Amino acid sequence: MPTVVISKNIHVGPGKEHRSIRAALLSAKDGDTIFVYHSLYKEGNIIINKKITMIGVDYPVIDGDKKFEVVSIKSDNVIFRGFQVQNSGYGSLNDLGGIKVYDAGNIIIENNILENNFFSIYINFGKNILIKNNKIRAYGIEEQQIGNGIHCWKSDSLQIIGNHIQGHRDGIYFEFVTHSIIWRNVSRFNIRYGLHFMFSNDDAYINNVFDGNGAGVAVMYTKKVTMYNNTFKNSTGDASYGILLKEISDAEIVGNRFLSNTSALFLEGANRIMIKKNVFLNNGWGLKIQANCMENVISQNNFIGNTFDVSTNGSLVLNKFDKNYWDKYEGYDLDKDMYGDIPFHPLNVYSFIIENNPIAMLLFRSFMVTLLEKTEKLIPSITPEDFRDDHPLLKAYSL
Amino acid sequence: MKGITTFIIKDILKNRIVILYTLILCGFSWSIFSLEDNVSKGILSLLNIILLIVPLVSVIFANIYMYNSTEFIELLVSQPVKRSSIWYAMFTGLAVALNAAFLIGIGIPVLLFIHPLTALVVILAGVLLTTIFVSVAMLCFILMRDKAKGIGLSIMLWLFLSLMYDGLVLFFMFQFADYPIEKIMVLLTAINPVDLARIQVLLQIDVAALMGYTGAIFKKLFGTQTGYFTSFIFMLVWIVVPYFFSLRLFKNKDL
Repeated sequence: MPTVVISKNIHVGPGKEHRSIRAALLSAKDGDTIFVYHSLYKEGNIIINKKITMIGVDYPVIDGDKKFEVVSIKSDNVIFRGFQVQNSGYGSLNDLGGIKVYDAGNIIIENNILENNFFSIYINFGKNILIKNNKIRAYGIEEQQIGNGIHCWKSDSLQIIGNHIQGHRDGIYFEFVTHSIIWRNVSRFNIRYGLHFMFSNDDAYINNVFDGNGAGVAVMYTKKVTMYNNTFKNSTGDASYGILLKEISDAEIVGNRFLSNTSALFLEGANRIMIKKNVFLNNGWGLKIQANCMENVISQNNFIGNTFDVSTNGSLVLNKFDKNYWDKYEGYDLDKDMYGDIPFHPLNVYSFIIENNPIAMLLFRSFMVTLLEKTEKLIPSITPEDFRDDHPLLKAYSL
Repeated sequence: MKGITTFIIKDILKNRIVILYTLILCGFSWSIFSLEDNVSKGILSLLNIILLIVPLVSVIFANIYMYNSTEFIELLVSQPVKRSSIWYAMFTGLAVALNAAFLIGIGIPVLLFIHPLTALVVILAGVLLTTIFVSVAMLCFILMRDKAKGIGLSIMLWLFLSLMYDGLVLFFMFQFADYPIEKIMVLLTAINPVDLARIQVLLQIDVAALMGYTGAIFKKLFGTQTGYFTSFIFMLVWIVVPYFFSLRLFKNKDL
């Protein structure tokens, strides 16, 4: 017997068949589309528990009145598009979100504006979710008082694409999220991290911009992350990093740009990471690689205008530097093979001293210190002799 | 008094050594900036010239010029001119002439090639150092009647402030690394005008690194507006104190 599926369009707004979204949701059935027209909707917590499409026309405003979670999605196959969601409640026990997804899949959250929410978009046990082109803005001042921009917990196959996030605690937060992609987002001026990433294997982030976040980007306890063509800039301050890698293995960091960070890339307990074709420009420290990192390959990168290109905290060298361009290299190339004939020692002895006595920075670039550095370069005694790039490039790569 | 000052300025500017000094500075800075495509490396090379060469030339030239002008000064003293105006004229003449050489030699290329704010800091550092070392040279002149001793003293002072002082501070830091010596270290570096000039330029080119551990100290003491102002005041003290000290000695000196 053939079945006919009829879905209908429901209109919500001033002068339309429904005045409130709740009423429309009550009358809707799976497969319906609800059009919401521009107006202010203050209806407490709106729960979407049917497979429906919600489309905002001219950005209708849904307001949580600083008390409620604004929109809760508790059903699979929901599309939520074109709304302005604002003023969610704040909770120290419950993580109230602007848009929160509970244990659901196949959801699209697209083209929304999220203003001044505690957590803006919160994915809890989600699967196959697309979060695209949302403008997320909060006005957090203190870490404890504000949630994350896009918060994802125990989810799989997420696509986070083209969102703008500003003023939250962490711009994007991933914990136990696998097989996901973060692509072309801009995460700026968040209080803590632009991206915070924990226990999330097999993810990629590509072409994102992280700018001026309190402590940069942190990637921790994760395997198989790929990071391509991102820009990390202006993370300045003590304990601020372009990227902080902690207990990471088998990652690829390729084609990224690190500009004007206090420490561009910090590696701790990081193993088998390929760091290739990145640009390190005008950072305080280009690469801080702790002695507990193993089998990392640092190759074909440009190190330009950094105060210190590389620093470490021990004499053990288990990583390979090869074919990088270092603007501090002073060697020559007699056999014209494009690589310098004498190896380059990227470790500056004074960065060793500063590691132990930060105040020594006061004397940096003074005559005595320059003398000390030059002598150490000629006859390494404090810095490990095998910490070197055997094929330093003479001209920068065009990256 | 104006007449004496302009006479001295003209006399020094005509001096072949000052012209040569200008040309050498010019050659240095133009070649640094046109050979080096990395501007911050250029500033670094220039920093060494400003911290070492500029003070050295200023102190030695000013000192020798004073000794060579002994007879001229004696002549002036016999005229109805106040001694303080003579001293002031000598100081202004030397400072203006040497600063002119510095501004032409380094100031112009710096303004053309690097970020205006950084350029301003670099130029200010150079001008202040030149003036400080002129002031120090005049003090050395008045302290030592013997020319060899006077020049020796000024060279020793340069050597001490430009080279040895940092070594001593570094040594001090290593010896007392286990104690909270931050404040003393800051004070010690603030005493030396060469260090102050270096730190001001450092704040321009290594700003990302300075925001690290030492960020708090640096920002609070040197990087803020009050910091810049304090550094400026400390350097002015280095001009004013030797000058007035030497002036007092000159006023009472039996020539």
